[in-house]
Amino acid sequence: MNIPKNLLYTKDHEWVHIDGKIAYVGITDYAQHSLGDITYVQLPKAGEEIKQASYCATVESVKAVSEVYAPLSGRILALNPELVDHPELINQYPYEKGYFFSMEFSNESEKANLIDASNYERYIEGISK
Amino acid sequence: MLETPLYDTHLSLGAKISSFGGWLMPIQYQGILAEHAHTRHSVSVFDVCHMGELLLEVNSRLSGFDRIVTPDIISMSVASCRYGFMLNEEGGILDDLVIYRLAKNNWMLVVNAATTSADFEYLKRNLSGEYRLQNMSEKTGKLDVQGPQSQDVLKDIFGEDITKLDYYTFADFVFEKECCIISRTGYTGELGFEIYISNDYVLALWETLLKDSRVRPAGLGSRDTLRLEMGYPLYGQDLDAWHTPLDAGFGKFVDFSKTFIGKDALLNERKKGILKHLVCFQSDYRRAPRHGFAIFDKDQRVGTVTSGSFSPSLCVGIGMGYVAGSYDIGNQLLVKDASAEIPVKIVKRPFLNRTSLLKNESFNEHTKKPIIH
Repeated sequence: MNIPKNLLYTKDHEWVHIDGKIAYVGITDYAQHSLGDITYVQLPKAGEEIKQASYCATVESVKAVSEVYAPLSGRILALNPELVDHPELINQYPYEKGYFFSMEFSNESEKANLIDASNYERYIEGISK
Repeated sequence: MLETPLYDTHLSLGAKISSFGGWLMPIQYQGILAEHAHTRHSVSVFDVCHMGELLLEVNSRLSGFDRIVTPDIISMSVASCRYGFMLNEEGGILDDLVIYRLAKNNWMLVVNAATTSADFEYLKRNLSGEYRLQNMSEKTGKLDVQGPQSQDVLKDIFGEDITKLDYYTFADFVFEKECCIISRTGYTGELGFEIYISNDYVLALWETLLKDSRVRPAGLGSRDTLRLEMGYPLYGQDLDAWHTPLDAGFGKFVDFSKTFIGKDALLNERKKGILKHLVCFQSDYRRAPRHGFAIFDKDQRVGTVTSGSFSPSLCVGIGMGYVAGSYDIGNQLLVKDASAEIPVKIVKRPFLNRTSLLKNESFNEHTKKPIIH
């Protein structure tokens, strides 16, 4: 299972890459693997305000439908345009070409609710048992 | 939970396993989309050992078997098979099955896994005179070999005779001195074969098939998307005891010129008018209708989705469901649950045309009805 060290994670299997005031968001390798072949993604709209731990996107695989929760509060900047026709990028490159959107986050202190790579690794080891 | 003789093999191939009809079955190996595409373009092998096989030997008056199943079976030649239903008195579907005529008085009934024992009891209750009914399911393995190259693959294993099988016929073949039945049938819409062989030989046959580099294993996940693209119904979802073959649009598998259980109810339904219809619909984007979603005509709820999925071949959502009232091809409906609203339009069955299903037979789209089973 690929868990990059430089990202932060949620227990709902979202990842966040923080670059100054901007965060890039996607779902983890563990999440894409559990879902199987991803066939559709519904993303929020650019400019939309989202709230930490609230619903922000839907991911569908052939067999399952899953909700994605905002890892931080803030405003959506841009969506990954490739995902409309190629949601399989999430399976192939969950941390790169398969990112969902970028956002400007509004509350620095919310980062404390996210976990680092080693804690996320321990967390998924726990639920896989 | 029951396991097929290939359970350990599936685990070693890294399959995702899930329960289906009381069995632990492989849902996917490398992925549903890849297995779907491989079946449409090359050839896949499916472990379907969970399916039920009943052997029936009847007397000269068919022991009443003719009135238990809906198709005309008297006219069937030996070594042919036919699709049909068993009904209750109300015309509701107890099971769908494929009937094989093994000899003048000998039949094999291939039924669904979850309904096998109920079917067995139902047959026993309704057969008359002398007969012999055996449930062979625990001893019989079944592998489906499906895809445009399936005939070439099987020719290398079983010989030239495999090419002589017409659609919905079968013959005896030999694998490692063991007799098996191979029919040219399937549930994918591609050229394909179903092999019935003793459980003792299933693993050896599976391994022989997979030694051919054209063949890959496929699970029940892609089996479901493949059958749905053809509009083939799944018992327990699209067919059940609360719906009749007329509701489901499968009246052509019912022979009204004979007597059969449920006939009065169907005649009555036909006279009064059919109140609900199983329709096929598709959206114009990737979001998939799902089993249980409500179907709306504007503000009014008119039905429920029985099967729904992303179609890997068409790259849009497709589904089937029962709707009250009459709708035409092209009519717009809305399919929804609490979190999704998907506009769909009613389309013809099957969703997918021009597959490899009928290799030798010329298929004239203008004169032939859509082929179901």
